[in-house]
Amino acid sequence: MRVMAQMGMVMNLDKCIGCHTCSVTCKQAWTNRAGTEYVWFNNVETRPGQGYPRRYEDQEKWKGGWELNKRGRLKLKAGGRAKKMLGLFASPVQPELADYYEPWTYDYRTLVEAPLGDDFPVAKPKSLITGEDTEITWSANWDDDLGGATEMGHLDPMVEKVRKESEDKIKFEFEQTFMFYLPRICEHCLNPSCVASCPSGAIYKRVEDGIVLVDQDQCRGWRQCITGCPYKKMYFNHKTGKAEKCTFCYPRVEVGMPTICSETCVGRLRYLGLFLYDADKVTEAASVQDEQDLYESQLDVILDPNDPEVIAAARDQEIPDDWIDAARRSPVYALAKVYKIALPLHPEYRTMPMVWYVPPLSPVVDLLRDQGHDAEDHGNLFGAIDELRIPVEYLAELFTAGDQDKVAHVLKTLAAMRSYMRGISLGQDPDDSIPESVGMDGETMYEMYRLMAIAKYDERYVIPKAHVEQAHDLEEMGCSLDFEGGPGMQDSPFGEASGSPTPVAVDTFNSLKQRQTSDEPAGRDLRGRVNLLNWDGNGVPAGLFPEEHRDEPQAATDSPAHGGGETGTRPDAGGPSASASGASGDPADNR
Amino acid sequence: MDILLWGVAPYAMLVVLVGGLIWRYRYDQFGWTTRSSQLYESKLLRIGSPVFHFGILAVIAGHFFGLVIPQSWTEAVGMSQDFYHFNALFVGSIAGIGTLAGIIILIYRRRKTGPVFMATTRNDKLMYVVLTAAIIFGLWTTLASVFFGGHGHNYRETVSPWFRSLFIFQPDIASMAAAPFSFHLHTLIGMVLFVIWPFTRLVHAFTAPLHYFFRPYIVYRSRDKTATSSSPTRRGWAPVGTEDRDTQHR
Repeated sequence: MRVMAQMGMVMNLDKCIGCHTCSVTCKQAWTNRAGTEYVWFNNVETRPGQGYPRRYEDQEKWKGGWELNKRGRLKLKAGGRAKKMLGLFASPVQPELADYYEPWTYDYRTLVEAPLGDDFPVAKPKSLITGEDTEITWSANWDDDLGGATEMGHLDPMVEKVRKESEDKIKFEFEQTFMFYLPRICEHCLNPSCVASCPSGAIYKRVEDGIVLVDQDQCRGWRQCITGCPYKKMYFNHKTGKAEKCTFCYPRVEVGMPTICSETCVGRLRYLGLFLYDADKVTEAASVQDEQDLYESQLDVILDPNDPEVIAAARDQEIPDDWIDAARRSPVYALAKVYKIALPLHPEYRTMPMVWYVPPLSPVVDLLRDQGHDAEDHGNLFGAIDELRIPVEYLAELFTAGDQDKVAHVLKTLAAMRSYMRGISLGQDPDDSIPESVGMDGETMYEMYRLMAIAKYDERYVIPKAHVEQAHDLEEMGCSLDFEGGPGMQDSPFGEASGSPTPVAVDTFNSLKQRQTSDEPAGRDLRGRVNLLNWDGNGVPAGLFPEEHRDEPQAATDSPAHGGGETGTRPDAGGPSASASGASGDPADNR
Repeated sequence: MDILLWGVAPYAMLVVLVGGLIWRYRYDQFGWTTRSSQLYESKLLRIGSPVFHFGILAVIAGHFFGLVIPQSWTEAVGMSQDFYHFNALFVGSIAGIGTLAGIIILIYRRRKTGPVFMATTRNDKLMYVVLTAAIIFGLWTTLASVFFGGHGHNYRETVSPWFRSLFIFQPDIASMAAAPFSFHLHTLIGMVLFVIWPFTRLVHAFTAPLHYFFRPYIVYRSRDKTATSSSPTRRGWAPVGTEDRDTQHR
């Protein structure tokens, strides 16, 4: 047994309201750069729908993930090493920009600079690729809220599958259809096919926390990873010529903070925590013959962090005790393995994805309620789950390789919890027959309810910090110290892609962390990076407010050269770096 | 003059090539990429690029046979000069024409596809000129032998001995000087190409991922080793917008 730790995420789809806040904050943090205009590390799809990039789940076309060869061994669906090398000069299966969408902006300048005339000036859409006028025809969520589903709904590869297998049709008429939102990030798989596809060996899985990252120095832009990833969550930065992907916000996770998408989630539907798993069993588990057994075999790889044997083995692998403890408190372990209500997305790709989903009960509930039934009654709900084959079949294609019984069981567990808790809320005696009908005892169901419904911040996000003894190597450390250089790229003789990469730290995050962990009042050690967004109301940071007029007018012209720290009239004029902040009026500081 | 061209220049070229590669490997790993434009355009690329690349690999193999393996060796295994020459010209012409056709398709695509042309730097343009010239003049030496020369010039008595003599630091300048003008021209352009090589996108050829055949599929790395590459620049973090695109390239 080789125990490894893995950061995982669970998303409760019933809570997703499709607001795209996760996508937007992620984009602002990670892909608001030239070359990544079309890239969404986090995107939210309406299902049924084509997804982003369009029809990415059609693996007969895109060749992502693994399959079994004739001898029952795993092989990359896009072909083995030799085949990949032969296709190196022009990658044979590669999404084009049209499969994502052509990113655009608007020509806002016309609005303010157009000469006086009879007509109102219009901000025309401009392509971010060519700079020319463009027509907007698609985007990362063009079919949001089933927009256009009556015409294009059948293009969803999962709809196609369900249609092939059942006589019923998924209806897209307004009254008869169902829908839910599916937020997606990189799955940080246990058996990542992107890593296996990379000829340069630039993509790696971190030993400590299982986060899958791209070494920007080693990537040579062969783009086999983009073919390899069945979720199409590897992206090509067309300006730098390198692959990029969701980083699980590792600079935040390393210091114990949740990912941006989790932190900003309005519905609080994301859970973060550790899995302990047996790395030696992964390949075997991913190679089971029947696709519908993959969910079970994936669960089997995950180890019980309360098992003394597992704990001993984890210690042997030098997993720190606080990590083992975090694994014991892990909400994702509880949802996936204890309550068994979180399911992996497309286990049939055989990559062992580590972002799990609690399937939505809402399509069933909504339908019952609309028909005038009691949608909280478990009898009604159970009946409806058995009756409403279409949503269940569709969910099964997403989460259990088509095994409807497993999805139905999860939905029934959720229905039972709903009904059980209603009884308790109404002051009735807990009806333990309800949890028993889905194979649970009342206490477990109550705990599950607590985790699903009212878990607080530190119960939803159990993130052990990266260790101090390793801390000098963390990306976060020292990076805002290292550069104060101007923004933008230097002109280089080798084109825009050359030079060394920038550390991924976000300025505001750094200062936020400093403020949260420092004992000093605001202003000290802020290195000139205070703005309204990260100001906690503690003290008066330099440059945030207009100067108070005192005896000597001095502070406004402070600069490091003048030694502003020596004036000592303000508690926050702690040093040259603090006084050089907003007062210098550099807008780049306050982004 | 001959001493300068065939005695000094090759070593200067080697110094720049090796030194440039080492320097770029250490300074500019982030810029060391194929800078693929397949995201913008795929149809023409999928014809042109394999034709060019497989062609150029064949051409490289041909150069190896012609330059490195002495005539005496092939004769020792019973291969007559005529037989060798016929083969070299036949295979060489096919490979050369293929390479040329490939690069013509690629250049056409680069010029005609808006986004691809926009992503073309001045550096790229210079590289394309030199590379295409090297291919054309190389092909010329081959085709000239086929059509005009009868048996053609036996470069294995002039160019090849000179090439090998370079590596023992006793350049055989006289042999090279005796070669026809077309060979001189091709060799010189070739040297220019190798001089600019480390400083263009051509560097990707030196990191052909052959180790892919030998490594395990899943790569694990410890966090300890990952953070060393960070350095204080902002490359790759230019803001989104058409503006920077225009200012970058014009």
